[in-house]
Amino acid sequence: MTTPTDLRYTASHEWVRTESDGSLTVGVTDHAQEALGDVVFLELPEAGRVVAAGEAIAVIESVKAASDIYAPVAGEIIASNEAAVDAPESVNADAYAAWLFKIKPADGADTGALLDAAGYEAAIG
Amino acid sequence: MAQHTPLYATHVAAGARMVDFAGWDMPVNYGSQIEEHHAVRRDAGMFDVSHMLALDLAGADAKAFLRGLIANDVAKLVEPGKALYSCMLNPDGGVIDDLIVYFLSDTSYRIVVNAGTADKDVAWIQQRLASTGTQATLTVRRDLAMIAVQGPNARTKTWAAIPGSEAASNTLKPFQAAAFGDFFIARTGYTGEDGFELTLPSEQAAATWNALAAAGVAPCGLGARDTLRLEAGMALYGNDMDESVSPLDAGLAWTVDLKDPNRDFVGKAALVANGARRQVLGLVLEDKGVLRSHQKVFTAQGEGETTSGTFSPTLEKSIAMARLPLGVAPGDSVEVDIRGKRLKARVVKASFVRNGKGLI
Repeated sequence: MTTPTDLRYTASHEWVRTESDGSLTVGVTDHAQEALGDVVFLELPEAGRVVAAGEAIAVIESVKAASDIYAPVAGEIIASNEAAVDAPESVNADAYAAWLFKIKPADGADTGALLDAAGYEAAIG
Repeated sequence: MAQHTPLYATHVAAGARMVDFAGWDMPVNYGSQIEEHHAVRRDAGMFDVSHMLALDLAGADAKAFLRGLIANDVAKLVEPGKALYSCMLNPDGGVIDDLIVYFLSDTSYRIVVNAGTADKDVAWIQQRLASTGTQATLTVRRDLAMIAVQGPNARTKTWAAIPGSEAASNTLKPFQAAAFGDFFIARTGYTGEDGFELTLPSEQAAATWNALAAAGVAPCGLGARDTLRLEAGMALYGNDMDESVSPLDAGLAWTVDLKDPNRDFVGKAALVANGARRQVLGLVLEDKGVLRSHQKVFTAQGEGETTSGTFSPTLEKSIAMARLPLGVAPGDSVEVDIRGKRLKARVVKASFVRNGKGLI
């Protein structure tokens, strides 16, 4: 299991990368893909959708089970990764390369609650 | 505190992902569940099924007792080692458990029951033995381990791994077993492929597992076991039937033997009175998504429910078994409620893959 130190994390197993334009790129962690097992289906939010922090906005299904993916902050979806939808196994191959969606945080959206790598590793024990 | 099979340390050493299953700490996968699934369809894989329980029933009345205990009829077993799949019913016709009975002689049988129901099964059988005044003794065999070796190459790889086993088992027909020293080798399984289920002393389990691995049999977890059995259309107790469901409503009418009018068995009167009220058919999802258990199905004849669903690695489609109203037929188009969306599915027979080949 890997937890890159240049990313931030949620307790619900999303990773979050802040881009130079202030948008956030979101995926699921290596720990999450390992727990899920072989990923076979992704349902991602459409660009333009306005989401609330903590809202279930995507679904990841492995052979074993379906899991929700949550918006790490309030904002607007600006892109989703169609390549990952077409090849869900790419999440297992490299969870940090297979991003799922990009979100433009709403004005004043709070990113302070996101965990750093050490915080996430502590959270998952 | 979860229970451990004799192979627990072997699984942990192999890096298996362990999960609780019916109170047992069991491997769900070692690496990719899909790779494990394909190993069984294309070559050979093995499963630790030591959480299941073997029970030996012996005594002058053993045969008569079993004819009254279970819905299939052990009287049809005449060849030594022959196996029979059956449901054990409650008086209302609900399924207490599904099990396999091996005929050793008219006075001696081996019964294999599910892990999650084992305690209640033993209590029920003991109570029936006492209340019917049966001359037979039930012995609980927690001293035994069980390894299922499954796949087109399962038998030859088993023979390579276990010296002497070939002569003891190469004439076995499907659903037949033979003793081999301390081993009991059955040509049975839960995957839709050829292979063996080996019952053996616990202390020999790890060495046997390692010998099978050295012969090229892939360790497989309960995850692959579930996708394999679902593709084969085999019922899973607790998902596809339970104490509230009759075998006639669970697609298991073929296991209920009503031929002998003089044979009574627990639950028979309820089955005869109620008849079949539902049927089990397969679904193949035509929209994108994954079918799971307990999703609502909308048909022209009314609502039904999926009882087991998954992504089929062999077919690369999502499939399910569903309990549907009578009158729905293969070829029908239905809708399934998946998280609030109605997705299209096609009705097929509840048997998707056999011996490596897709049937739909």
